[in-house]
Amino acid sequence: MRESSVRSSARRRVNAGSVATHVALSLGALVMVFPFLWQLLTAAKSLAETAKVPPTFLPDTWNWSSFEEVFTALPFREMLFNSVFNTVGRTVGQLVFCSLAAYAFARMQFRGRSVLFALFLSVLMVPSSLLVLPQYDIIQRLGLLNSAPALFLPGMFSAFGTFMLRQFFLTLPKELEEAARIDGAGPLRIFWSIMLPLVRPALAALAVITAMWSWNDLLWPLIVNTDPQKMPISAGLTSLEGQYETNFPVMMAGSLIASLPMLLVYVFLQRHFVQSVALSGSKS
Amino acid sequence: MMSVFPSTAAAKKAGRGEPAAPPAPKSRSQRAAYLFIAPLGIGFAVFYFWPLLQTFYYSFTEFGAFGGHTWIGTDNYVRVLKDVTVWQALGNTLIYCAIGLLALPVAIGVAALLNRRGLRGVAVYRALYFIPFVTLPVAVGLVWNWLYNGDYGLINEAFEWFGADRRYWVSDPSTAVYAIGAVMVWSTTGYYLIIFMAGIKGIPQDYYEAAELDGAGPLRRFFTITLPLLSPTIFFASIICMINSLQTFDLIYIMMAEKNPAIGDTQSVVSLFYKWAFIENAQGAAAALAFLLMLIIAALTLVQFRLQKRWVHYA
Repeated sequence: MRESSVRSSARRRVNAGSVATHVALSLGALVMVFPFLWQLLTAAKSLAETAKVPPTFLPDTWNWSSFEEVFTALPFREMLFNSVFNTVGRTVGQLVFCSLAAYAFARMQFRGRSVLFALFLSVLMVPSSLLVLPQYDIIQRLGLLNSAPALFLPGMFSAFGTFMLRQFFLTLPKELEEAARIDGAGPLRIFWSIMLPLVRPALAALAVITAMWSWNDLLWPLIVNTDPQKMPISAGLTSLEGQYETNFPVMMAGSLIASLPMLLVYVFLQRHFVQSVALSGSKS
Repeated sequence: MMSVFPSTAAAKKAGRGEPAAPPAPKSRSQRAAYLFIAPLGIGFAVFYFWPLLQTFYYSFTEFGAFGGHTWIGTDNYVRVLKDVTVWQALGNTLIYCAIGLLALPVAIGVAALLNRRGLRGVAVYRALYFIPFVTLPVAVGLVWNWLYNGDYGLINEAFEWFGADRRYWVSDPSTAVYAIGAVMVWSTTGYYLIIFMAGIKGIPQDYYEAAELDGAGPLRRFFTITLPLLSPTIFFASIICMINSLQTFDLIYIMMAEKNPAIGDTQSVVSLFYKWAFIENAQGAAAALAFLLMLIIAALTLVQFRLQKRWVHYA
């Protein structure tokens, strides 16, 4: 009897502790999510209502027209399309170029391998702002300013992606390649049909994080594509601020729509997101 | 938007020779290997190595009104070092860095709470904390500007409720830099949370059980087990955090309108670089400024590596 009372008091303590934990975590989560809720509520208000002091919490009348207005206030459709193009271009480019190089660095023997790898890794250390001026010149010389490829060209090559995939290729067993080679498969075939499918989780993680970085990138698009028709949404939305300084509902509606694709990617591919972050932070 | 720094262990591994594929027909497989790395190598040469040399060259030149660069020696560097706005931007950048680092203790705290045995809803919390990090920076900047708004903003409402004065948070030079810094912390906490959760997962559960048997409470366990064993992860995260906050640009660009009176008090080194290079056409000076930033990043990273012996414990 005594024992059971001890146990139940312990359980009560555990419960009190876990309630406190939940309260603290929920408060934090509220701080994280509230701005988005506020964005949605603001987008659903009329322009006049947003200027009310004190601010109203819920809209007096729900008004969704801002979500349509943003398509006329900006070349919003084109901007979304440019974002998609930029994101797909960078992601596909990185998957192709990085996986090829990563495979060679991890599994093939060649002269100068470690020197070349160190050279490639050094790209990681250079701040991007240091490269932006000549990169702009190159794009200009190629006649690509204000074009879709300008957005994704430099971003297709990534030292981070190469490094991350190489770590994965290193873990694969040697026997697979040997068996394939005995069967007469060439290097490209071994890479494509045997090794690449085995690192699919890493490819997915890299794709997801590259997509996020591309969708959210701001500095580079601001520099190379100054024509609103050619801007991705990340840069395009900033022009709403000057133009429609007071039209908060439209601004909020626009930024919500523009955030939505990545939020959906995140919700559906959360596992890969988490993995890609954990991978970038792991020591192995 | 962010760079990733390889951890020491990984960097060391990279230097050493790795176990390689068996030496099959040599010349053919060598050629294949070069073909495999060629596309990336060409991309790097064109878009990274060549630009690096170019920037170095630009930093000793002046960009003329009709195009073309004229060699002016070290004048740009002298200009950069003498310019008051550079020092101000540098000061602001260091403030962003210091504030940005606050995301680490917050993330560690949340990660420790989430590590509680038998806690439900861990995945949900993790998802909610991570959402600000995946959201478009423009969306983040716009909504926070709105929350900070001096006339209709919700934050003033809350402050008034507590009896404090209403403020124009992002146009008041005394608060603007902190207002932006707070948003930085808010939007990056989730990222570090995931890194720390992965780190904590690597700590053997037995340590906690043993400590519990010895009567150590949750706080004690946190300070004697979690924190020291997490120190390599904290080291890694602090380096990433530092490098990223030294390159702050997006939020400042979005949150600070051109006419904002606090612009000088919030401008970071990268925003000043952007202004010089692409608005004022002072490309040479901008290039010199970018090199200065790189030197600062390298120096601070080196200091961190030096200091690591004092507080990082590798198990």
